[in-house]
Amino acid sequence: MARPRTMFEKIWQDHLIREDEDGACLLFVGRHLAHDGLYHGFNFLEGRGLALARADQTFATPDHGISTLSHRLDDIVDPVQHRVVKALQDNAARHGFTLFGLEDPRQGIVHVVGPEQGLTQPGLLIVCGDSHTSTHGALGALAFGIGASEVCHVLATQTLWQRKPRTLRVTVDGARPAGVTAKDVILAIIARIGANGASGHVIEYAGSTIRDMSIEERLTVCNMSIEAGARAGMVAPDDKTYAFLKGRPFAPTGDAWALAEAHWRSLPSDGGAVFDREERLDATLFAPMVSWGTNPSEVAPITGVVPDPADAAEETARAAMQRSLDYMGLAAGMRLADVAVDQVFIGSCTNARIEDLRAAAAIARQGRAVVPVMVSPGSTLVKRQAEAEGLAQIFREAGFEWRESGCSMCCGMNGDLVAAGKRCASTSNRNFPGRQGPGSRTHLVSPAMAAATALSGRLSDPRDLMGAA
Amino acid sequence: MSAEPFVALTAVAAPIHRPNVDTDQIAPVRFLRRPRGEGYGTVLFHDLRFHADGTERADFVLNRPAFREARILVADENFGVGSSREQAVWALVDHGIRCVISAGFGDIFFNNAINHGLLLVREPAATLAAVRQQLDAAPGTTVAIDLESQTWRLGEQPARRFEIEAARKRRLLSGLDEIDMTRQLVREIDAFEAGYRARRHWLFQVT
Repeated sequence: MARPRTMFEKIWQDHLIREDEDGACLLFVGRHLAHDGLYHGFNFLEGRGLALARADQTFATPDHGISTLSHRLDDIVDPVQHRVVKALQDNAARHGFTLFGLEDPRQGIVHVVGPEQGLTQPGLLIVCGDSHTSTHGALGALAFGIGASEVCHVLATQTLWQRKPRTLRVTVDGARPAGVTAKDVILAIIARIGANGASGHVIEYAGSTIRDMSIEERLTVCNMSIEAGARAGMVAPDDKTYAFLKGRPFAPTGDAWALAEAHWRSLPSDGGAVFDREERLDATLFAPMVSWGTNPSEVAPITGVVPDPADAAEETARAAMQRSLDYMGLAAGMRLADVAVDQVFIGSCTNARIEDLRAAAAIARQGRAVVPVMVSPGSTLVKRQAEAEGLAQIFREAGFEWRESGCSMCCGMNGDLVAAGKRCASTSNRNFPGRQGPGSRTHLVSPAMAAATALSGRLSDPRDLMGAA
Repeated sequence: MSAEPFVALTAVAAPIHRPNVDTDQIAPVRFLRRPRGEGYGTVLFHDLRFHADGTERADFVLNRPAFREARILVADENFGVGSSREQAVWALVDHGIRCVISAGFGDIFFNNAINHGLLLVREPAATLAAVRQQLDAAPGTTVAIDLESQTWRLGEQPARRFEIEAARKRRLLSGLDEIDMTRQLVREIDAFEAGYRARRHWLFQVT
């Protein structure tokens, strides 16, 4: 009998062109997804006089640098961002790859668009010049972020040199308590593993809690794998995955569907497959989470308090914690639910799909925002669906600002910013110093907690407003 | 990309005392869209190095006289975590940094570094804490690195050996261009691709 293999190993081997004696592996890239940051990769390519190798395996949409006030190119006021977004259009026209452009309804955040269009499929090796490419693993793909030189290598050759990562299975079992979202689950996982604790590993999320999640919830979990330092995150495809994909524009049809599905069903890790590392968590112990510090492992339950650096095990950790608290303007022992915020952001590749917006709207309909709130849907199709379902109306009536889709306030480069010293409850993925603007203070939260916080002006436990509608 | 080869280097080393130096701190997002040719040296640690008005923060290590010429950083742990932005590497090398020693690195940053001749050396956190203390005690102390023998040493102290994967070492020593190397494998790639397209044909039937 063949040695049992992990899902990661199966996909790796299916894309492995060669492995050199020193462990350098040349991989074939199934699909290359891209956004306006592709600018540098194409500049490198053209600077060397090279052509795009595989236009039919390259798909792009503008997201990082675009305005969420308008999707007209000329409404991008920053000339630098205007240039790179226009360059994406020009490169698509010149090189012939598929572009879901600014005014195309299929536009969106690339990590929302891939699954939405059915480009993301089980068993694929997907790369993109963005660290949150780990998102796509939720459908059983091996997907990871790469830098501009690697992007250029993929553009030129459709291949990539990598060393084989190790595997880490994170098993989460048990029913989530009411009000605990996928965001809370991944924050709890990152708190356990540490900010770079999964470095060099690909995570496979397993266990009943993950299996019971919707595809969109799994996308949220896999999205933040990089915040634990992992190369990628994945979930075994199952009937939910196939149902999610069926009928999507780039999903196979007819006889091809049956062949594809047969392949997909062969992908889950074999019984007895050995992982290099294992972590187990009990979801029945989870609570809604919020970050208090400056990396995504610095989180606590919303019912808790700001931790005390004096409790840290050693001096470096104590100093790092203190620096986080100083930056965040928090004191040890403060109740997190007493922390007042200046604004709220609902959006990003982590939490801007339709289920996220429904969860936020279910809270928003119960009150009115007392601080500025911006909602940016993950794609233009999500935006349209939210409008058709009446969610946009709920947000507007609650005083939430309803924007166009894009990376918006997650990445701080398109005009959607948090001012210096201001505090933002955000459904995004990074609370790094300056991430949402120089001097900005970010608290990572779920969409439900973001909406609850908007209504009270303080970090708020969404469970107090759940079931009340 | 071809890079300046890295063979040996003796230069002032600067201590970076904080862990989890993410790529947003190394290269803040608002500078990422400038063309590569315009240079990223001033971007490095921008918001830690400069006040909002553009003047230097005197207390930041690279602004102190003894460390202005530093070409080596001795960090803590988890250096270069976060975003995939290669600009973090460009900022370091354009400022003149050729080597970072840390107890761990972000994976994508680690891969990006090799494409620009930036040597990354892993050492245990405790070793690095002691080295940083010595750099604080005697600012301007040099570190000497020899890639061929895989050794580095602080001042006149005994040399320490470090591990580096053979492929990375070869590329750093030669500065060889990866795309040129890969393109020599075109027949092997084409043969693989023909098989891939046959067995995963549904990926290529989209209109």
